[in-house]
Order: sequence, then structure tokens, then C-alpha cells
Amino acid sequence: MRKFERLLSAIVPLNIENIDTDQIIPARFLKATTREGFGENLFRDWRYNGDHTIKPDFVLNDPAYSGQILVAGKNFGCGSSREHAAWAIQDAGFDVVISSFFADIFKGNALNNGLLPIQVTEDFLSAIYAAVSKNNKAQLDVDLENQTVTIVDSGEKATFEINAYKKSCLINGYDDIDFILNQKHLIEEFEQVK
Amino acid sequence: MNSLRGLQNNYKMSKTLVEKIWDAHVVKSETGFPDILYIDTHLIHEVTSPQAFDGLRKRGLPVFRPQQTVATADHNVPTIDQLLPIKEELSRYQVDMLTKNCAEFGIELYGLGHPFQGIVHVIGPELGITLPGKTMVCGDSHTSTHGAFGAIAFGIGTSQVEQVFATQCLLQQKPKTMKIEVNGTLGKGVSAKDIILYIISKISAAGGTGYFIEYAGSAIEALSMEARMTICNMSIEMGARGGLIAPDQITFDYIKGREFAPAGAEWDKALAYWKTLYSDADAKFDSVLTFKAEDIAPMITYGTNPGMGMGIQENIPSTESQPDKEQLSYQKALDYMGFEDDSSLIGKPVDYVFIGSCTNSRIEDLREVAEFVKGKQKAENVTVWIVPGSKQVEQQAKNEGLDRIFEQAGFQLREPGCSACLGMNEDKIPAGKYCVSTSNRNFEGRQGPDARTLLVSPLTAAAAAVTGRITDVREMLTEA
Repeated sequence: MRKFERLLSAIVPLNIENIDTDQIIPARFLKATTREGFGENLFRDWRYNGDHTIKPDFVLNDPAYSGQILVAGKNFGCGSSREHAAWAIQDAGFDVVISSFFADIFKGNALNNGLLPIQVTEDFLSAIYAAVSKNNKAQLDVDLENQTVTIVDSGEKATFEINAYKKSCLINGYDDIDFILNQKHLIEEFEQVK
Repeated sequence: MNSLRGLQNNYKMSKTLVEKIWDAHVVKSETGFPDILYIDTHLIHEVTSPQAFDGLRKRGLPVFRPQQTVATADHNVPTIDQLLPIKEELSRYQVDMLTKNCAEFGIELYGLGHPFQGIVHVIGPELGITLPGKTMVCGDSHTSTHGAFGAIAFGIGTSQVEQVFATQCLLQQKPKTMKIEVNGTLGKGVSAKDIILYIISKISAAGGTGYFIEYAGSAIEALSMEARMTICNMSIEMGARGGLIAPDQITFDYIKGREFAPAGAEWDKALAYWKTLYSDADAKFDSVLTFKAEDIAPMITYGTNPGMGMGIQENIPSTESQPDKEQLSYQKALDYMGFEDDSSLIGKPVDYVFIGSCTNSRIEDLREVAEFVKGKQKAENVTVWIVPGSKQVEQQAKNEGLDRIFEQAGFQLREPGCSACLGMNEDKIPAGKYCVSTSNRNFEGRQGPDARTLLVSPLTAAAAAVTGRITDVREMLTEA
């Protein structure tokens, strides 16, 4: 799994709530049988018209914004369990998603792929939007070891929660399967008691 | 099933139903780490499994317990001419990959043409695979459906599908527990779908996040198993990964005699365990909500998440009445739907009616629709698709003559699959069109790019099919 420790990057602000996984990657693009290439269709129907022309107003199509951090409104990733949503975001070049609230399955899928979901308060989310509206190249400093995210321009800093086990997985680049496989004898013992 | 372990565990302090089942499946619990949770049954389908099989190949691992995994093709299959090769190349390849992977890894597959094929959450219960006290997972968020039997059942991502393949276990944090009680008697024309759409409209599309929900109360206890499945199915639409109902005589009667259900001495042993599966009277939930069945009307959604629902006679809430920070998203949703603040949906013309999905495609749903439309005709302006949840449901509908009722009404009875619920196959609603749908999600583009979805019960869908407009079905029931 991809490792993550620290990231200094500009952000792409997507100030919409309840962004579901059907928006992130519509079902009709789930036909691939590998993990690669989903970034091309990330937010497909918000980025493109039906005739495949670009919707210039959508933030991902606006050259003013770039960076490896996606910032979005609350309940991000609700809906389907499709891990393709996390793959698409990562494939499009993002390493971090910040929101004031994440749907459970999306959050787990992101963590299982080395895409860091950071939950901040509504106020801090507003502060990020304010910073980027003043300066579209405003940067955030994401420090996983210390569990902090800092708006570089203003120095405003927030701490975030992450499960200690998942944190060590991200920093070391190992995954749940590695962890469980090393304890397979316990599973076999468990199965004996029936 | 770990029934002995379950019985031993359950003599301890008072527990909720979720805690009883969870604790009986913990392989290891260590402070600072998620629990290693044993999974009894793993259901898979063609869309979220291929990358997991690839992962196994890369690691050089087999499927650890292939006999505890069951596969079907449902998300990406056509719903007409299923026995012909799939036309669309990518879809065909994906379904073929499932066949190939199941053969390679020794997994039972109920693929196209098999009499057990169908939507994964329909076939599990109807085959007696879904049982009380089990832990069940599937790479699909509506896995919560199986909770209707008093099972811990939840949706997982593909990395976790691989994890279950490799170890028959998942690393999971124990969820918080919420009890939602619905007491009283439902009014005429009001069904399980209305109950769950009502609850979601009250607590929002995120209100259950982090919880497993136990549904209880007299209105829930009175429901059939299929109606209970409709309720548990949509737990994820309020963010809850799991939703469940304590098993009772209705549950046991439903299971008995099904294809893979325990029989003989095994049945007696299982039943003794199942009867211990309830939340103890003094068990503590992290949250408790109570609703009255009498307050629930036929429901309809007007927006682009399942929390945006209302009684069918109500007006769409105004943007101004929403919290400041939510107004932008709220207005965006109404614009997408082409609806105005404070307006009523009654009488609004509809273009499509879709009766199907893991929420409402079971035989009782089809019977209810057939009974209502018998002797009636669909309106000219509407295309009506009925997509049964499984080959068994389809066959049962034909055995009961429901197919002829649908045909006479101008409804198309198609073949089983997820179909227009998610528009992954060719069953898409065209851009800008309104679809009154018994499915579970009204997200933007869910049923096709720019399609507009209104979620309702099967009965409300049937009424819209007949009138061609959004209709309060209760008015038509009084006439009859």
C-alpha cells in the first residue's frame, strides 16, 4: 500500500455537501477489472456534458486550482461501497481528502488505499475555503505523524483523529491483510470451537 | 455457525443484539487495534470482486474458505435475453471474469442461466443462506438487507473483499449501536418502504453514520420478512453500515425448509441459539429514537439524497428553511430535479416507473403491485419496468399468473438484476426524465446521466404507473 507521512500542497475546493460515490465515479464506469484508470472519470458528470464537452465552471476544470488535496462538504463519500471512488480520487492525483464528515465505508476504503481522509470542524472547513478564496494557491500542511493540518497563509492549525493502527499502516505502507495473515493460527483455532 | 460460543457469550452481562453477535465472532480483540472479526458468509458479485481476486494472485494466496463464499452476477447483467451473450463488451468481460475467478478459486457461482441467479441480497435470504446470528459481508453497501434476520451484515470495499478471501476475517472497529423503535399501526397504503423513507427524512442521509441500527417496536414486529428486508436494506441511506431486527417466529417460519437452511437436528440446534438473539431488556444503546407508525404517510423523495423525502401530500421544504451552510447544496438538488421551493409533487407527470432493486423486487412487492394494477392499464406517457429480484422470484410470479396481469397492464416484466437502480447495464433513464422508482438511491445521475429519481414504495409506484402522474395511492384505494 502507498505510504503517507507529510504533504504540503495547494487544494481543490469542492464546496458541496453529501457528495455520494455515484458522483465521484458513476456506475457505468465501474466495468473495469483492474484498479487503474478510474481518475479519468472522476466526477464525470460534473466535469463533462453529455456530449463529452468540458463544463468549464466545475472546479476540477478550472486551471486556477490544483494540488493533491481535495476539500469537500460534509458527508463526503456517502452511498455505494464502491472502492472505485477512492481509486478514482487517488488516480486523479489526490493524496488527501478533507471534509467535516465522512461516510463510513468510503473512509475505510480510502485508508485501505493510502488515501488520507481528514475530518475537520465546520469552522476549520470554512477557514480553508476562506483561505483559498483569498489565494487560490493557498497551501495546507498535512502532518500525519502529529495529526495536524495547517493553513500555511494564516497559520491556523487543526488536529485530526485517526485510529492508531490505521495511522501506523499508512506510515509504514502495510495493510490489513498483512496484519491478519500473521495471526492466521488464531483464525484456525477460532474455527475449531463450534 | 459458532452457536456454542454464542451461547456461552450470551450468559455474560446484558448486551444488545449487535454486541451478542459481534462478541461471538471476535477472533481477537486487542486495545489500540480493531477487532479481528470472523465472517461466516461472504457474498460476491462481478463488479467489486475482480480486483480482489487479482490481489490474491499477486500475493500468491488461495481463497481461505471458498465454501463460505457465494457468487452471483447481478449489477452488470442485461434484463432481457439473458441467455444470449452480453452485447456490451466491457460488461461481458466483467461477467466472464467472475465465472473464471470462481472456477479458479473454487467458489460456487449462481451465474446467468442458473435457477438461483439474482440480486445478491435477494438470493441470500431466499436460499436460506442468510440466517440469524451470522456475520455476513459483501462488496455492496446494501448488504445491510440481511440484518432483517438478526444477522450482522454490512457492505465492504474491494480491499476488504480481498481480506475476507484471504482470511475469512475483517479488521473492524465495533460499531456504536442505535435503536429505532416504530410503534403503532400503519395506515392504509403505507408500507415498509414508507417507514424507512420516513425515518431517513427525519434523521438525514448521515444521521446513522458510525452506528449499527436495531429496528424494533410493534410496527416492525408486525412486518413480514420481506418488508423487514426493505427496512434494513436502506440503513446505509442514513449512513449506518448495518441495520438489524431481532429474529422471531416470523423469521423462523420464513427460513424453515429453504434450500440451504439447517434441517433435522441441525435445525433444532440452530433454533435454540437463534432464540437467544435479542437485545437484553437493560442493554444500553448509544442512541435511541422512537417514531409513531400513525405519523407515516406514503413517502416520496424530492431531492438528490434519500434524506430529502416527505409525505406525498406535503410541499417541498423551502431553501430558506434549511441551515445556512446547507442552502447551496439544497438549491443545487432542487435545480437538478427541476422542482421549486414550497411546491407539491401531486399531479406531476412521470416518464418512467421502475419496480425492482434489492429494496423492492421480491415476490410480495410484485404481488402487491399486481393486485393493485389488475384490470387497470398503465398511462400512455409512462414506460413501466418490473425487474424481479431473482430467477426464483420471476418463476414464482409466472406461477402465480402475475406476468399476465403485468402484460395486460402494459408493464414489462424483465429478467433479474440490479438494472435501473444504478443504471450500470443498458437499463438507464434518459436525461431529464422523471422516474418514480422503488429503488434506494435518488443521487444525481444514479439511474442514468441527468436522470431524475423519485423514491417511493411499490404501491405508490404502481399508482404513478396507472395515472402517469405522482399520485397519493390512498385515494385510489378508497375508490376500490
